[in-house]
Amino acid sequence: MPRRRVVVTGLGTVNPLALGVDDFWKRALEGVSGVGRITAFDPSEFSTQIAAEVTDFDPEAYMPKRAWRRMDRSAQFFWAATSQALADAGLEYGEDSEEAHRAGVVLGSGIGGLITTQEEIDVLRQRGPDRVSPLAITKIISNMAAGLVSIDFHLYGPNTCVVTACAASANAIGDATEIIRRGDADVMVAGGTEAGICEFALAGFASARAISRRNDDPATASRPFDADRDGFVMGEGAATLILEDLEHATARGASIYAEVLGYGMSADGYHITLPRPGGGGAARAMERALADADLAPSAIDYINAHGTSTEANDATETAAIKTVFADAAYGTPISSTKSMTGHLLGGAGALESLVCVLAIRDGMVPPTINYSTPDPECDLDYVPNEARAVTVDHAMTNSFGFGGHNAALVFGRF
Amino acid sequence: MDRAQIQSKLVDLLVDELGLERDNITMEAKFEEDLEVDSLGVVELLMALEDNFDVKIPDEEAEKITTVGEAVDIVESKVNA
Repeated sequence: MPRRRVVVTGLGTVNPLALGVDDFWKRALEGVSGVGRITAFDPSEFSTQIAAEVTDFDPEAYMPKRAWRRMDRSAQFFWAATSQALADAGLEYGEDSEEAHRAGVVLGSGIGGLITTQEEIDVLRQRGPDRVSPLAITKIISNMAAGLVSIDFHLYGPNTCVVTACAASANAIGDATEIIRRGDADVMVAGGTEAGICEFALAGFASARAISRRNDDPATASRPFDADRDGFVMGEGAATLILEDLEHATARGASIYAEVLGYGMSADGYHITLPRPGGGGAARAMERALADADLAPSAIDYINAHGTSTEANDATETAAIKTVFADAAYGTPISSTKSMTGHLLGGAGALESLVCVLAIRDGMVPPTINYSTPDPECDLDYVPNEARAVTVDHAMTNSFGFGGHNAALVFGRF
Repeated sequence: MDRAQIQSKLVDLLVDELGLERDNITMEAKFEEDLEVDSLGVVELLMALEDNFDVKIPDEEAEKITTVGEAVDIVESKVNA
C-alpha cells in the first residue's frame, strides 16, 4: 500500500514580528528585527537585557477573559496560532462530529507554562501553600495547550506534546506527519509554542552564557553566522501548521500550500548544550530527512538553518551542511530567520517550517540580517541582509535542541 | 461590613477575577449549573473570598456553597464574627 501523502493546508502564528501570517511574512522579507529591550519586567539587574517579545498580544481578541485567565501565555499563543490556522484551512469540527475523531494535535514546547511556574512559586514562598492557585498545575504543564485546543476546537484524534527543547516543534510537525501517514488521523494541528521571557529563564540562560549581551544595540544582537555573534536572543511566540492527508484535502477542495516530504531525527549523544564537533548528528538528521523525502541534497533550493547566533551552533551547522551537501552546499541559499525573530525555543521549528512553506509558495527567501563580518568557519551563502527571489521547489529546515536532539524536515512544492 | 457591601464586593470579584458576566449573577444563581463555574473555579472563588475579605473558609463549609447567595452568607458570617 503506497504511503499516504501529507500536505499543509493552513498556517497561523503570533511571534515577535507580527500577530498573523501575512504581516509576519511581509516583515520577514523586509528584514525587520523583533528584538528590543525587555519590557515584560525590569531587566536592569541582568547581564542580558534584550529579547524578542510578542508585542500587543491581547488574548481577549481570541477568547473571553474567563477562558484566557486560565491559560499561561504560552498556551494563549498556541491557541491563537491554531485558531488562525484552522480558519485558514477552512476547518471546523462540531462537538459531536465523527470527523473530529480523525483530527488531532501534536504540540512542541520547550518548557510550557514557565511564567506561571515562576509566579506560583512566588505565591508559595511569599504567601504559603494554601494560596497557590488551583489552576497552577494545569497552567504549567506543557501539554495543556494541546489539550485546550482539543477542547475548544473539538479535536478528538491523537493528541500529544513533544518536549525536545529547541527541536520540539520540528519534532511535533514530523510526528504529526507520521500519525497521518500511518492512517491514525486525516488532519493534524501541528505546531509549537514558547513564552519563557521571565526573570528565571533570563537568569538561567545568562548564567549558562548562552545569550547575547549586546544590550546597547538590541536589533543587531541576533547575528547568525556573523563573526561577532555572541549568543542567541530569547524569543517567544507560536506557530501552527494544519497538516492533512492529501486525499482528504483534495476531496474537500482545500488549498494546499506545500507537501511534507521528509522527516529525519538523530541524537548527538555528545553534550548537554554543545553540538558534536563536526556536526555528525545534525548531518545524520538531514540525511534521514532527505532519504525519507527520496531526494538528493542537490534538490534542496533553500535551507532555513537552526542558526541560533551562538558560536558553537553556527559553525557546527555549517560543517554539517557541507557534510551532507558537499559542493552543493556553496550554491544553496541558507538563512536564519532567528536573526529577526530571536529564538522561539520550542516554537522555533514550527515557525521556521512556516517560513519554508511560504518560501515555496512565493519564491522568496528571507534574509539573515545583521550579517556584516564573515566568519571563516561559516563560509556559505547565508542570504545576507536582503531577501532574495529564488524558485524554491524543496526547502529544508533544521532544529537542534539542548541535549543533542536533532530534527530536520523537508517541504516541497505540491 | 454590611451584607450589601459584601454582596457588591463579591459580585465585583466574580466579574473582575473570574471573568463572569455581571448580568448573569443573581443571588439564586448556581455556580455550576447557571454560571458554568467548574469545581476548580469554585476553589478559586473561595480563595479569592478569603484573600479579599480576610477570612478563612474551611473546606467542610465551602462544600456547602452552591449559589452566589450562599457565598455571601458564609462571608457575612465570617466577617462579622
